[in-house]
Amino acid sequence: MKSKISITNLSKSYGDVEALKKIDLDIEPGELFGLIGPDGAGKTSLFRLLATLLLPNSGSATLCGFDMVKEYKQIRNLLGYMPGKFSLYQDLSVLENLNFFATVFDTKIEDNMDMIRDIWLQIEPFKHRLAGKLSGGMKQKLALCCALIHQPKILLLDEPTTGVDVVSRREFWQMLKNLKAKGITIIVATPYMDEANLCERVALMQNGEILSIDTPDGIISSFEKDLYAIQGQDIYQLLLDLRAYPFANSVFPFGQNIHYTDKRGNVSTSELKDYLMSKGQNRIEIKKITAGIEDCFMALSQQNNVQT
Amino acid sequence: MLILFGMPIVQLLLFGFVITNDLKDVKMAVLDHSKDEYTSEIINKIVSSGYFNLVENLDNITQVDETFRKGETKVVLVFEPDFGKKLIKGSQASVQILTDASDPNMANMEVNYLQGILHNYNVEINRGKQVPNQIIPQTRMYFNSKLESVYMFVPGIMATILMLVSAMMTSISIAREKELGTMEILLVSPLRPLQIILGKVTPYLILSFINALVIVGVGYFVFGVPVLGSFALLMTESLLFILLALSLGIYISTVSNSQQVAMMLSMFALMLPTILLSGFIFPLRNMPQPLQIISNIIPPRWFIVIIKNIMLKGTGLEFVWKETLILIGMTAGLIGLSVKKFKIRLE
Amino acid sequence: MNTDKKVISVRNLYKKFGAFTANDDLSFDVYKGEIFGFLGANGAGKTTAMKILCGLSYPTSGEIMVAGLDVYKQREELKKNIGYMSQKFSLYEDLTVFENIRFYAGIYGMSSKEIKAKADELLQKLGLVHARNKRIGELPLGWKQKLAFSVAIFHNPEIVFLDEPTGGVDPVTRRQFWDLIYEASRDGITVFVTTHYMDEAEYCDRISIMVDGRIEALDTPEKLKTQFKAKDMDEVFLLLARKSNYQE
Repeated sequence: MKSKISITNLSKSYGDVEALKKIDLDIEPGELFGLIGPDGAGKTSLFRLLATLLLPNSGSATLCGFDMVKEYKQIRNLLGYMPGKFSLYQDLSVLENLNFFATVFDTKIEDNMDMIRDIWLQIEPFKHRLAGKLSGGMKQKLALCCALIHQPKILLLDEPTTGVDVVSRREFWQMLKNLKAKGITIIVATPYMDEANLCERVALMQNGEILSIDTPDGIISSFEKDLYAIQGQDIYQLLLDLRAYPFANSVFPFGQNIHYTDKRGNVSTSELKDYLMSKGQNRIEIKKITAGIEDCFMALSQQNNVQT
Repeated sequence: MLILFGMPIVQLLLFGFVITNDLKDVKMAVLDHSKDEYTSEIINKIVSSGYFNLVENLDNITQVDETFRKGETKVVLVFEPDFGKKLIKGSQASVQILTDASDPNMANMEVNYLQGILHNYNVEINRGKQVPNQIIPQTRMYFNSKLESVYMFVPGIMATILMLVSAMMTSISIAREKELGTMEILLVSPLRPLQIILGKVTPYLILSFINALVIVGVGYFVFGVPVLGSFALLMTESLLFILLALSLGIYISTVSNSQQVAMMLSMFALMLPTILLSGFIFPLRNMPQPLQIISNIIPPRWFIVIIKNIMLKGTGLEFVWKETLILIGMTAGLIGLSVKKFKIRLE
Repeated sequence: MNTDKKVISVRNLYKKFGAFTANDDLSFDVYKGEIFGFLGANGAGKTTAMKILCGLSYPTSGEIMVAGLDVYKQREELKKNIGYMSQKFSLYEDLTVFENIRFYAGIYGMSSKEIKAKADELLQKLGLVHARNKRIGELPLGWKQKLAFSVAIFHNPEIVFLDEPTGGVDPVTRRQFWDLIYEASRDGITVFVTTHYMDEAEYCDRISIMVDGRIEALDTPEKLKTQFKAKDMDEVFLLLARKSNYQE
């Protein structure tokens, strides 16, 4: 059965709050797909709908050909779900947690070892430790194993890297790549823009709407304007000066640089430099750069806000 | 708001009405071997005092046991044959006061009141006499000859503990899963609601049963509280009550989203009524009518009657079938409700 | 940054919970008007140290001075002279914007007249005049964060402590938030901030990075990058995080 996911016109409200506004989305079998967006974007709501934990207000979705509302029982059998904050039994050990979830899905750990072996090897030394006493990175790995233990066709991971140290985050994405090679469709929800680059395709979400769906490269190439990275001595003053520049379109700090786009089509960097020097700035460097996912997200969300 | 202001008022009213130490409407039976003017007068005086109601006239002593076991009558007055003659001619006659002492405090009070009335009558008839005639009351406490208050407490504690462990713990446990998020994963799995419920409930079933055994055991071996009736029946009824408490716990958990809510509901909907209105500490028959009616929907009220009957009076199913049926009905109803309310989704 | 005046001075700070040492011999200074970034992985000891600096808990040992006050003996006074904002808690959702301002300002001893005048000024500046009587719960997250920060510095404290103030917030709002931080720093308020976003580390004047309870690095972003031969703060952080004993 092809593990494709089709979402049509899906909406969800909690009272007055519109969490999802008419979402259309197709996810291909075996894809490593990212839902990228900040808190309140609607990622968790979307996941809960797909996991058949909530009913939509309108719209529909099918997972592996099964209707999300009517055929939820079949979906629950082929879905692996890792909710935010890992949801493990804190007072059971690693092994006990794994055994529990295996039993719930009517299977045994041994039968599915192939699926989880790479991850299991990393937590095996701690198999008798209580889940509550594990570090964030370990909990993450255990939760992943528990979600995989019944060999699901679709894996929904809700913010699996939030609250986890930087090193573990990187390892986690490596594990996901390996899993993808096994043919599972994986959807990851994350607020970290840089993780978008690790996915095959992403949907940028904000306030219940999708801003864009494409491959990371596709999104980047659709960035409309020329983007410049400007470095100077005093970031804040540079910010203020640039904002005061009559032709400035967007001025955003990005770490040690300021990302700048111009209202005009052609930008003369020397003109810009002169302007800044005249303001008393020293050691100005202006480079043209390719946009990153975050730049695209911000540009799209500004557009979105203007429209609404 | 409701809790901050309503609670104290409700508690005040409850306590005010429940803790009354006065006698009221005590149901009394009379076994009058004499049936002369003296016994009639005494009976009249007792009845017109307002504290006692004459509900039955017995014919012989063997009926006393059964009357008590039925549970309605709390006092039996026995006049010996030729009471009047013995009193006037022989200058003394005796009256037997038999009370159901499974509630020793009440029994004591009843005896005191009756003795008081008898004494007053005695004084009255002795006016102007030279040789006083004596009415000698003899008391016998049925089911609890030593008036051990522990007899009263053990059944009540059993009901309370079982309610606590089964209902409250179950509801908190399920609510905790919801809070921690593990419920989400359980729901998304192929597990059916019934399996999830059974999984959460079974440990508390076993724990509660063990608790019941321990309580009866300690009551028997340490305090000498007898188990006159069938032990098997006692345990079966306990099991029934445990099931009832468990289903209550499940029901509470379906309407609570957090452990705190579950705990609060358990406290107010279960513990307080159990302690105050079940007849555990404060006798039901002393409470105003409305409270007595309310107490009918509180399961422990029926359970305590059953336990007391089995343990202290040694009755069998014949005398407690009514209460048992009520408990079965409540359990079935709650299970039905819980199953309906248990959501297969988060909302 | 005015290196003449120290707003925080910490010498040999230890905080132990039983056998576990959460803060292991910390020593550092923070200068007036600085934006000081306090970085570290979860569990490294950041929150513990911050609580001590805010007067919310006692150190096991060490000399600590904040805003000229001794953390042991002048705790209550200390609290009046600092501002605090965290990701988890900011404003009361059921109260309106103005009510929140009035409440917090009142706690710090400002008069009603002062409050009203300053509140109007603030709302103008933030562009939230129209939201004056709206309940906080109804505002978008970004506005809440900005408002929370403004309320934290409303009473003009010497130093404001920010605990992961931009967690989960969208990228545009994040940067608007940092505008406010820059402004506050310009006005002489020292900002002590913890964050998970490495690009935000670059906005700070100086950064300290904690690993397993100790400070493993403390300098300007520029110098740290040179020291660790890294191209950005992300790399610096990774290099240090790998040294942690908790890599299981």
